[in-house]
Formats: sequence, structure tokens, C-alpha cells
Amino acid sequence: MYFDHSATTKPDERVLRTFMDASVSYFANPASLHAEGKRTEKLLERARTQVLSAIGLELTEGIFTSGGTESNNLAILGYVYANQHKGRHLITTSIEHPSVLRVFQDLEKQGFTVDYLTVDQEGRISLDELKETLQDDTILVSIMHVNNEIGTIQPIEQCAKIIHTFPRAKFHSDCVQSFGKLSFAGFTDGPDLISLSAHKMYGIKNSGFLAYRKNIQLQPIVFGGGQEHKLRSGTVSVPHAAALAKAVRLLVEEVDLQQFQQWRNELVEFFSEFDECRVLAPNASAPYILSVAFAQITGEIAINFLQQQGMIVSTSSACSSKNSDVSHVIEAVGMPQKFEKGVIRISLGKDQTIEEIEQLKVAVRQLIELIRKGVGK
Amino acid sequence: MNWNTILIRYGEMSLKGKNKSKFIRKLKTNIKAALSDLSTVTMRAERDRMFIYTEKPEELDRAVEILPSIFGIQSFSPIVICEPTLEVIKETSLKVLGKNETTGKTFKVDVKRVDKRFPLDTGELQQVLGGHVLKTFPDLIVQMKKPEILLYVEIQHEAAYISSHTYKGAGGMPVGSNGHSILLLSGGIDSPVAGYMMMKRGVSFDAVHFASPPFTSDLAIEKVEDIVRQLAKFGAVIRLHVIPFTDLQQAIVKQVPSNLSMTTTRRMMMKVADQVRQDTNSLGLITGDSLGQVASQTLESLTAINEVTNTPVLRPLIAMDKLDIIEIAQKIGTYDISIRPYDDCCTVFTPPSNKTKPRVEKVAYYESFQKFDDMVAEVASQRVTTIPSQQTEDDFEDLL
Repeated sequence: MYFDHSATTKPDERVLRTFMDASVSYFANPASLHAEGKRTEKLLERARTQVLSAIGLELTEGIFTSGGTESNNLAILGYVYANQHKGRHLITTSIEHPSVLRVFQDLEKQGFTVDYLTVDQEGRISLDELKETLQDDTILVSIMHVNNEIGTIQPIEQCAKIIHTFPRAKFHSDCVQSFGKLSFAGFTDGPDLISLSAHKMYGIKNSGFLAYRKNIQLQPIVFGGGQEHKLRSGTVSVPHAAALAKAVRLLVEEVDLQQFQQWRNELVEFFSEFDECRVLAPNASAPYILSVAFAQITGEIAINFLQQQGMIVSTSSACSSKNSDVSHVIEAVGMPQKFEKGVIRISLGKDQTIEEIEQLKVAVRQLIELIRKGVGK
Repeated sequence: MNWNTILIRYGEMSLKGKNKSKFIRKLKTNIKAALSDLSTVTMRAERDRMFIYTEKPEELDRAVEILPSIFGIQSFSPIVICEPTLEVIKETSLKVLGKNETTGKTFKVDVKRVDKRFPLDTGELQQVLGGHVLKTFPDLIVQMKKPEILLYVEIQHEAAYISSHTYKGAGGMPVGSNGHSILLLSGGIDSPVAGYMMMKRGVSFDAVHFASPPFTSDLAIEKVEDIVRQLAKFGAVIRLHVIPFTDLQQAIVKQVPSNLSMTTTRRMMMKVADQVRQDTNSLGLITGDSLGQVASQTLESLTAINEVTNTPVLRPLIAMDKLDIIEIAQKIGTYDISIRPYDDCCTVFTPPSNKTKPRVEKVAYYESFQKFDDMVAEVASQRVTTIPSQQTEDDFEDLL
């Protein structure tokens, strides 16, 4: 039983079929002048339009990338390099994904000033702090929509309203964890750039998308033949693009958020029964992510035990789970020390069943009993 | 309150006299065609304006997106129709304004009183309504000149119309109200713009494209089809005639010295297009010529080319700068299609140098050795005619 959908999802078979069919029937290079190239290019452009129309009206441009990390890197570096003459002040939050945080840390070394917004116990940033931190020379603010470790939803639209009162400041949002699981037809006043990743929405790994507004100036970070609006050189993988478009469409048509919400509520209630557990961000988080901290034991012990019972859950984030230190997100939300190292993340997917949820509860009860007996001390 | 109506104001055609009803009918047909996807839309045309109704808000929104590209519309406003009594008008006005963000916005009430029996006169009503609105929306700032929000109230005998936003229309005349022509469509930047500008003057057209297979590819034709599709969005059905031009072009190359072959090529194109014009009962020929832009567009060249026909040749771009033409092409969405890099028939047989001042007699002399008129009739009759905008199949539906 798989409860680690925020790390990655199993590709939908229909998406795989699109990938295969496109690989066989549309293998020509979309940049070629001949008819086969043109057919492939048409498919690529249709895929692009399909993804953009699911994102909403404001973000009318977009390019296919190798995934969320590249989208985030390109959005931030590409925007900052192209616009550094307008200012050198940047803002992000202390709980971003490493593909955002590390980029900002690197920009600091290059002489940019970066302010990292703090978060409350639920992992939420403060709009007042955002207001106070913005300066006339702020050129970019990057705030994720849903946190990958604890599921906190940030008030993206309110952030956008505030950021857009500063004429030089543009807004990037890492929507890798939220897209298709919270909102589709985006934000009425929203980010200027957003990043997506296919494998978080039942698509194929190594495939992502960066959408942006028409007037956004970006500079490439990969150089070559000038494919993808001259922003991402390298022959475009049209099968990946088609598969991503298909994944987006299936999500738009099929996802049932109420079901997630209901299961999550049940799980929150269940975990609240135990003094040994603490649910992170119970009120502010996305309906399909539930992070729970256990007292006394480490997350690793918890996931190993649950795995023996047939339940796959993860420590707080797959990307950093091999680091033994406490995650920067958990640190940022400020947990009592005895819970700090015992965080696990349960993340739900579209094919989950109620029976699986029930079995998870049974396994967790057994774990709690073991903790009460003093295991792991 | 029902936001289910759009009021459309006519453009230049409202100045017409006896023929006005013909123009109005044409506009109605064009709007109907442009909104044909919207299933519940109904229309009513009056002498001075038109009304569009639908019960579905999403269809009304869609209509608001489509209408700005239709020629013959000066402006339009989504309106609420209500009972023409002061109390109802006051109440409805507040609701209509409530749809807008009002904070810090400038504002004005504009009243038109068609029903003179209404108890308050125009000035009084403006004052009463203005005061009433400001009580509810104290953030509004009254401003008489160019206000951001214009509350428009029109009192008719049966009903009052209330709106808070007026959209600009495309102006011009309804496409098709000023005759039918033939557009010589190369696939470059200029000819689509020429077509667009004639549409704005109410001219509908068929497009003629010259293809030279196997030297030119299907992609070049596809490109022209895409241009036709884009132009059709401005409210017209456009037929495309693709002329197989290779044999004729090869005959020219063989017969006419290379520095005059371009002039002869253009002359033959004119003749073929003129043949299509006759066959389709059209009245004129439209070209994207701009004076002095290339060798074929000097006054001397134009004279030599024009000599083959008495048909009016409409050249709306003749006095325009290239950059201005590009700007329009970008605005109407044909630019990105036009710059696709496929060879067309004009680039396939480009001679090393062209005469910028060809002499008509000389050109005619060289042409006289070949039965070009027969060839012209032949290729004109071999044309392949389609209506690209009506090909709606989606190649990728199953895949994506």
C-alpha cells in the first residue's frame, strides 16, 4: 500500500500509452523542416496549448523542461539574470524545496540580497512580513504553493496582490505539489511564473513545465540550438510533452478532491487520539498530504516498521530523506525537540481506497503500542 | 437581475441611408456565424442597434471575447434590462456597479431619456442616480471627462437599459457588405494584412495561392491555410484556391530573359487570379503591394504588371511602411504564421537580378512566343478549392 504520492506517483497507463504512441508515431525532430518534423511540431504545440489552458488565462507562455527542479532553476535564475539591472533584492521563504532554496543561496554568493520569510507553526508565511520585506528594488519573490513536506498551502493570490503593488517585483510559485490537486484554472491574480512536474501528477519522470506571462523576460541557463522559445536548448522530447499534456487533462477531468479531504480529516482525527503523535499543520495544509510527528522515535524507525506491515510512507521529504539532520522545514515550523526527528509524511493518491486507509490505522496503532513499550529509546 | 443581453452599436454604417438595412442584415449574419458555437444565443436587429441574448453567463462572456474582432461594430455593452421606474432603476444601478471594483475609481452617470414621459428630466435623473450611487459606493470619485466607470442608463418606453462598461468594437463595415474580391495570398507578411484591411472596408474575398510542387512543399500550403483560418476569425467565410503553377513557371523561365521573368511571373499570376475572379463572380483583385518595397513593386513594375487586366486592383498597403505592416500582422495574428520558413513559388525561381524598371513592350514581346493565355486558362481550371476554416478535425484528440 503506497502512501507516498508526494514523492512520486505511479504513471497512469493512459499517459504511458500516449508516451508510447507519440514515441513511435511522432519521433521526428520538431525543429525539422520536412513534413514529419512539422507533424511532430504540431503535436508539441497542441500539447503546450493544452497545458496552458489548464493553467489559466494569465500565463500564456510556457516551455517543457526536464522537471520541477529545472523549471524552478530556470524561473529564478532566468528571471534574475535577465532583470538584474532593475534591482538586486530577492525574497523567498525558509521552507522552499531545495531546487529553489539552493538557487537563492547561490545568488547570494553572486552578490544578490535574499530575504527568507519565516513561517508560523503551521508552516504559513505572514503577509505582513511579506509587505515589510518588499523593497523598491525587489525583482523576484518565490513562494511555493503547497509545501512538499508538511502540505501547508500558502495564500498565493493574496501574496500576488501584495507583490504586484511593487512595479519591479515579479512572482514565481513552485506549484509542483499543488497543480491539479488544488486548483486548475489558476489564480485570478496570481504568480507571473509557475513550475510544474509531470511525475507528481501520474505522469512520467524527467518531465516538467514552466508557465509564465507574456511580458516576462527570461534568460536561458542551457545553451544550444535555441529550442523552446530560445530558453531551453536541446531537442524537445515531444513524447514527454504529449504525456504531460495528457496527464494534465486526466487530472482536470477526473480528480476528486473531496475524497482526499474526507480521508485526511479522518486521519487527523485518528492521530489526535494519541499523545505520542502530533499532526503538522492540521488546519493549513493540502487535503492529500498529512505529516505526523512521533515522539521518542525517529522517522526512519516509523517507516521501517510500517513498511513491514506493508505500508509505504516516507520521512518528510524524499529529496532530502537521506540527510540525517532535521529537515529545514521542520526546523522552520518549530517543533518540540522530542518530536523533531520522528516526522513521517503520508500522502494520498487518486487510486487510494478506504480499506488501505483503515489498514494504515491498524498498523499505526501497533506502532504506538511499541512506542509506549519504549521501543527506539 | 439578469445579465443576459449585449447591446451592439453600429459603426460607420449608421450613416448610411436607404441601403442601411442591407448592411445591418450582413452584420447580423456575420455575428451569427462568429457566435455559431454558442448554442443559446439569439439576436434582434433594430435600425440603430442590435441585441444579443443568452441565458448562459459563460456564453455571454464568450461573446464579449469574440465581438471585438467583428467589423461593423462601433462599440458594445453588456446590459441589464429592467422596469423603467425610478426605484427599480436606482436599485438595478447599484447591482450593476457592484460588479466592478470601485475603490478609487472615477465615475460618471450618463442618462439617455428616449421616453420623454419619464417624470425626471435627464439632468435631474443624473443627479438623483449619482447621489444614490455615491451613498453606497463612497469610494467612487465623480469625474465628467473620461471616467473609468460609466454608468449608462437608457430609458425606453417599455424598459430601461443599464450598463457599466462599454467595449470598443473593430469599427469598419460588415464583411461582405462591399462586394467580393480575390486576394492574391503568398504566405508572406503583407498579403494577409492587405486582406484584413479590405475586410475592414466590408470586402469579402476568396484567396488565391500559387504552389509549385515538387519545389514547394505541402507545408507552404498548410501555412497559407493557417493564415486563411486566422483571417476568417474576423467574421468571414474564406475559400482558398491553390493553383498548380509549376509548368507555367518553368515555361516562363525558358521563354523570358531572367531579368524580366519576375515581371512576367507577376503578370501571369494576375491573369490567373483574374480568371478565378471571373469564375467566382468577384469584382476586384487585392494584393499586398507596398510601393518600392521590392523590385516588383516599383511604379514601373506595377505598371507593367497591371497592364494585363482592367479589373480594379486594390492595394491597401501601397503607401505603408514595412514596420507598420508588421505591426498590423502581429496584431491580427498572422505574423507568426507568415514567418514560418517555407519556400513559396516566388522564391523557388528567383532570378539573379530583376529589372526595377521593366518596359511593357519588351515583356510583351518575349511573352508573345509562347501561348501563355492557354496555359493561364489551364492552370486556373486545375485549381483546388477548399474552405480551411471549416476543417475542424482534431488530429490529436485520441493521443492527448
